[in-house]
Amino acid sequence: MRRIRSWWPGFVLVLPTLVLLGIFVYGFLGWNIRVSFTNWRGFTQTNGFVGWRNYAELGENEVWWRDVRHLLVFTLVFVAGSLLFGFVMALLLEKGVRGENAFRSIYLFPMAISFIATAIVWRWLLDNGTGLNTAGINKLFAYLGLGFLRSDWHKSDSGWAIAAVALPAGWALSGYVMALFLAGMRGVSDDLREAARIDGAREPQVFWHVVRPMLWPVVMSAVVILAHISLKTFDLIYALDLKSPKIETPALYMWFQTFQGNFYARGAAVATLLLLSVAVFIVPYIWYSVRTERRR
Amino acid sequence: MTVEALEADRGQAGKIRSRWSPYVSTVRYLVLFALACFFLMPVYVMVVTALKDSVEVSVPGMWELPQRLSLESFQAAWDKPAIRRGFVNSVLLAVPASLISSMLGAANGFVLAKWRFPGANIVFPLILFGMFIPYQAVLIPLTRFMTDLNLRGGNDPTGGLFGLTLIHIIYGLPITTLIFRSYFAGISDEIIESSQVDGAGMLRTFFFVALPVAPPAFGVSMIWQFTSVWNDFLFGFVMTSTQGWPITIGLNNIANVQTIPFNEAMASALLASLPTLLVYVVLGRFFMRGLMAGALKG
Repeated sequence: MRRIRSWWPGFVLVLPTLVLLGIFVYGFLGWNIRVSFTNWRGFTQTNGFVGWRNYAELGENEVWWRDVRHLLVFTLVFVAGSLLFGFVMALLLEKGVRGENAFRSIYLFPMAISFIATAIVWRWLLDNGTGLNTAGINKLFAYLGLGFLRSDWHKSDSGWAIAAVALPAGWALSGYVMALFLAGMRGVSDDLREAARIDGAREPQVFWHVVRPMLWPVVMSAVVILAHISLKTFDLIYALDLKSPKIETPALYMWFQTFQGNFYARGAAVATLLLLSVAVFIVPYIWYSVRTERRR
Repeated sequence: MTVEALEADRGQAGKIRSRWSPYVSTVRYLVLFALACFFLMPVYVMVVTALKDSVEVSVPGMWELPQRLSLESFQAAWDKPAIRRGFVNSVLLAVPASLISSMLGAANGFVLAKWRFPGANIVFPLILFGMFIPYQAVLIPLTRFMTDLNLRGGNDPTGGLFGLTLIHIIYGLPITTLIFRSYFAGISDEIIESSQVDGAGMLRTFFFVALPVAPPAFGVSMIWQFTSVWNDFLFGFVMTSTQGWPITIGLNNIANVQTIPFNEAMASALLASLPTLLVYVVLGRFFMRGLMAGALKG
């Protein structure tokens, strides 16, 4: 096909977006990184260059390492749990069951609800009252004769309290994982499955040898999306139990340091580390996605 | 990955029925049902509690059905300025933010799919990256920048709402661009090229050829943006003062007061979730497509 058009009008049309994102994404990211190398502390900005000092101070800060540990536990439980639940739900729905649409809608609707509203309900469901004040999930356990499962959830003193936050987070997002898996499973052509069946494969074998290998891209997408959400999560934890040191993560630490303590440079250093930890897997992911698309 | 694949109905043909299959099927439904109960559990607590009156409501009794139905908690929630004004603020925020972001996204998506310029292959991933950044990493510069422009909090007659709208328009651009680019990529080149043979320039091709076939993409993009803007907390938190609070901020603030009655907290949370839930129930299919787009190409 003859190319008779000129490219510049297209560029002009995209230009406002490029300028806006250039400033608000790349400009601000750079500005934030610069702040992380200064001694800005207090309400007025100061630009004294202090090199890596803010980062070095974080390295010696116990609260920071406690929060990093919280984040690792949360990410692990949340990602693994949502993957498992999402996968099981997709597997159960894959063959087509009666009422599939209803089930799918029920599993997915939490995506439409804000983390604030989610946290406000879950803080009561994860209530840790005892005796006559037993409530929430603990009370359900008691009704079902499973009283020994009672837990203090996110108020536990064990150091694993943050794992309980994976419950509302997983409630909100495992439906999403289910949708990704379901699309992946159904993207496997019938011809391929049929060919395996004719070769004498039974259903579990068809799944294992034909469908499973094709689900790796889905697993990758799901892990990348869940992990980056977990790193950023602020509102869910903030609203679940305000200022609880048991469930504080770096995203909240950044907030308290910057906007309540006025330690701007330190907050910027934390934010830069968050950005880097997201970038390590998001950049390859975008690169991979764009490349796969171009090959098609 | 497409939503069509997800919605495709898989036939039962070729399935060998074993003697275990009735049991397998029963267990399958039991598990599906148990999972459904798990997901609906918070909704049950919200609705049941919000319908109780102040005499009956109690935290340990949260699973019990109300003895008499009462709407007083909804009335009380709606009478709180944080909720009512928050609701109005969120509408004033989310509607223009999703409209404008989607319109810009449509233009970008069209260009990046059908009217590429040199370097478009580099520009697109750079735009996409903006979708995944932790917003904490722009928060300090953003608040300073908006303060300098007098668009933040108290200095602004809208309580920061106008500035917040701009912020949501801008940070929504990556996802709306992605949605429209994927959509226009699926439209055949011939349609675009035949319009050029007729002598139409880019703008005319965009407005008279591409846009008329784009309503489905608009649906996806608008719903996605509306939901994310409505549910945002972080930007609203740093940008607005009391009179500009979106509903998530108002909801969080009233629910953090220890003395708020349990039924009013639940009624407020329900009211705050109503618009996005409504959108989900009525336009669930579009919602699903937005989710798929958000995952790039798996």
